[in-house]
Amino acid sequence: MVTIALLVAKNLEYPFRMSDLKDEVTPKNFYLNRRTFLKTSIYAATTAGTTLAYRHFRPLKKEPGGETSQVEAPEATAYKSIIGYNNFYEFSTDKEEVAGAAAGWKFQDWNLEIGGLVENPYRLSLSEILNFETEERIYRFRCVEGWSMVVPWSGVALEKLIEKAKPQSSATHVAFETYFNASEMPRARWAGIPFPYVEGLRLDEALNPLTFIATGIYNKKLPNQNGAPVRLVVPWKYGFKSIKSIVKINLTDKEPPTTWNIANPNEYGFFSNVNPEVDHPRWSQKQERRLGELRLRDTLKFNGYEKEVAHLYSGMDLRKYF
Amino acid sequence: MDLSKDIKFQNRLLLLNASLPLLLVVYDWQTGQIGPNPPEAILRTTGVLALVFLVLCLSVTPMVKIFKISWLIRHRRNLGLLSFFYGGLHLLCYSIFDKGLKFSEIFIDIKKRPFILLGVLAFTFMVPLAVTSTNEMIKKLGRSWKTLHKLTYLIAIAAVAHYWLIVKSDLFYPILFCSIVSMLFFYRILKFLRGAL
Repeated sequence: MVTIALLVAKNLEYPFRMSDLKDEVTPKNFYLNRRTFLKTSIYAATTAGTTLAYRHFRPLKKEPGGETSQVEAPEATAYKSIIGYNNFYEFSTDKEEVAGAAAGWKFQDWNLEIGGLVENPYRLSLSEILNFETEERIYRFRCVEGWSMVVPWSGVALEKLIEKAKPQSSATHVAFETYFNASEMPRARWAGIPFPYVEGLRLDEALNPLTFIATGIYNKKLPNQNGAPVRLVVPWKYGFKSIKSIVKINLTDKEPPTTWNIANPNEYGFFSNVNPEVDHPRWSQKQERRLGELRLRDTLKFNGYEKEVAHLYSGMDLRKYF
Repeated sequence: MDLSKDIKFQNRLLLLNASLPLLLVVYDWQTGQIGPNPPEAILRTTGVLALVFLVLCLSVTPMVKIFKISWLIRHRRNLGLLSFFYGGLHLLCYSIFDKGLKFSEIFIDIKKRPFILLGVLAFTFMVPLAVTSTNEMIKKLGRSWKTLHKLTYLIAIAAVAHYWLIVKSDLFYPILFCSIVSMLFFYRILKFLRGAL
């Protein structure tokens, strides 16, 4: 940028230098003024250019409006952080850009199908999903990247949706799939992981009372960037297990493939339980940064839900089944 | 009024533009506009700036030779020092925000994690280069100064690898930096081969 400015400046001064060759000498103060003017212009132009370049990568964002504090949750993360810091690779790999990239996404003909090894497969329409009789759950949420938040979700226990379909006795696992349409998600091709996004749980994990299907945050409808209209929340596992914008829930008799495990099996296992004792191969999982805090805090085993879920893994080597 | 000879002006211009991103980061932070995870944003920005100035520093010689902009060479040292400055700030932010200035923790990180090791190595190699960047040192070291400052190439490789290793799956920016550095290396290899023939 500085180089370009100086090259421009060099060309600009060319005609002025020609005038110096003429009989009449340019008055000195005029010459100095012009020089000052030129320098000031270069200072101003490069300052604007550098600032624009910086703002391209760190744009100023408008604060989201609306009432958000109808929830009694003193330790909950700020609403604007929850909806402004998202991993949703279909829209963008930049957590702070997902909200903007997903803002125009419309999904009128939404259906959630629940099927596979069940007696009573069924389908939920968008209006049925949005009219669930919901309860509220305030859960810790820990991302595999090392940040965390506390989210007041609203929704229903996954158990309820599964029981309604009456699982067959041969069913052992549950597979989930995210909506995908490349034309609505043009940046997905640069994400570096395959789509549609798929996730899975063991049936007993899925039926654990903590496992939750969320349709809202802070008593508001789920924003697009948080996985509208309906997403999974498994609070004792790393965030990527909590699959967003679900269109299919399928009961199966084998461990289903999961997206991050396909993309990088050495780093992301099927279970992916929050565990400070088992590091990610490239970074530590001992601590985490809670959004809104500067210092790191210690990560808790099973994200603090050890009492509720540790029995699901008794006898298992959690280093092997990470 | 040939501005290409006005070193004072050029230095001021470089310093102004190089410190702007830092001022903007601090401004964004103080006004609560840096996003939900300020330490991460600051860490990323300082790291990327260190890489940007390293790349600019490495591109001075090819620019001078190919486009005959000889006055640029005077800024190579400052570009290198700016990379050193932002690299140091990056390391400092990591030590404070991520490690709470616990040196034993940092040491464990270096031993355990290749990307931390590469980052620390890149910065460590910059220290002797910064120390020997003065005119007196250049005179004193003579020919060995040039050899010593070839460390810049190792620093560039370590810095790009450091960035590459922390990304989860979207390698766009690491690939971008890697290609630019590769092109700058390619120019030097070509020059070396031509000299050898």
